[in-house]
Amino acid sequence: MTGEAIAFYVLGVITIASGLVVVTSPNIVHSAVALIPAFLGVTGLYVLLNAEFVAVIQVLIYAGAITVLMLFVIMLTEGGTGTRLRQRNEQGPLGATVAGAMAALLITVATHTAWATGAGTLPRYGATAIGLSFLGPNLLVFEGTSIVLLVSLVGAIIIARKEE
Amino acid sequence: MPTLTHYLILSALLFSLGLFAVVTRRNGVAILMGIELMLNAANVNLVAFNKFAAPGMMQGQIFALIVITLAACEAAVGLALVLAAYRGLETIYVDEINLMKW
Repeated sequence: MTGEAIAFYVLGVITIASGLVVVTSPNIVHSAVALIPAFLGVTGLYVLLNAEFVAVIQVLIYAGAITVLMLFVIMLTEGGTGTRLRQRNEQGPLGATVAGAMAALLITVATHTAWATGAGTLPRYGATAIGLSFLGPNLLVFEGTSIVLLVSLVGAIIIARKEE
Repeated sequence: MPTLTHYLILSALLFSLGLFAVVTRRNGVAILMGIELMLNAANVNLVAFNKFAAPGMMQGQIFALIVITLAACEAAVGLALVLAAYRGLETIYVDEINLMKW
């Protein structure tokens, strides 16, 4: 086994194990904290895939911002997060069946399709190529995303504001 | 050497975990965590296809960056909705929320 394969399996085990904790833990704070190793495992996968810039953004936004946001909301809604409260509904077996069927379907598709392999190599400096692409061919997408960010910022403030 | 299929299988497992959280959790915050896991699985797919299927272009990574941005928007608005529901209805358990406005 090459080093890349070992790294892939270690990162995969970290990601899936923390994901299992996120999904099954009866304590919601444990779920939120277990999100961090899951996101960091995905970050390692990005590094393995030569996507360093995406990996950095993943650490900043997911492992940093979104997890802290989740913990803040758990703190602010403390009446609803006690460990004595039931955290799951009565659809556990049905949900497990649906999720298992979805996993089986996706894995079957992934293993039975002859995926096309493209020619060429990734650019040597990923961040440069991404920046040039965002201000070149993908400018409209970039501007549209910025408008969505602004709208969601205003919307989140209006929704979460205390009413006088 | 991990191939494209390896990454696709891993992201399928991660996606199913997120789906399980979304359909079985009662807490609104935990449902949002499941959605984040599903978005991460989609992002792994996009970056893996970028490397293995079209390495000459950066479109996969750019799409992944946009998905990360929109996931941050979705988390902010979703958590604001959870807070508003807690303030108005005093519960964040989605099976107890049956009113749009009180």
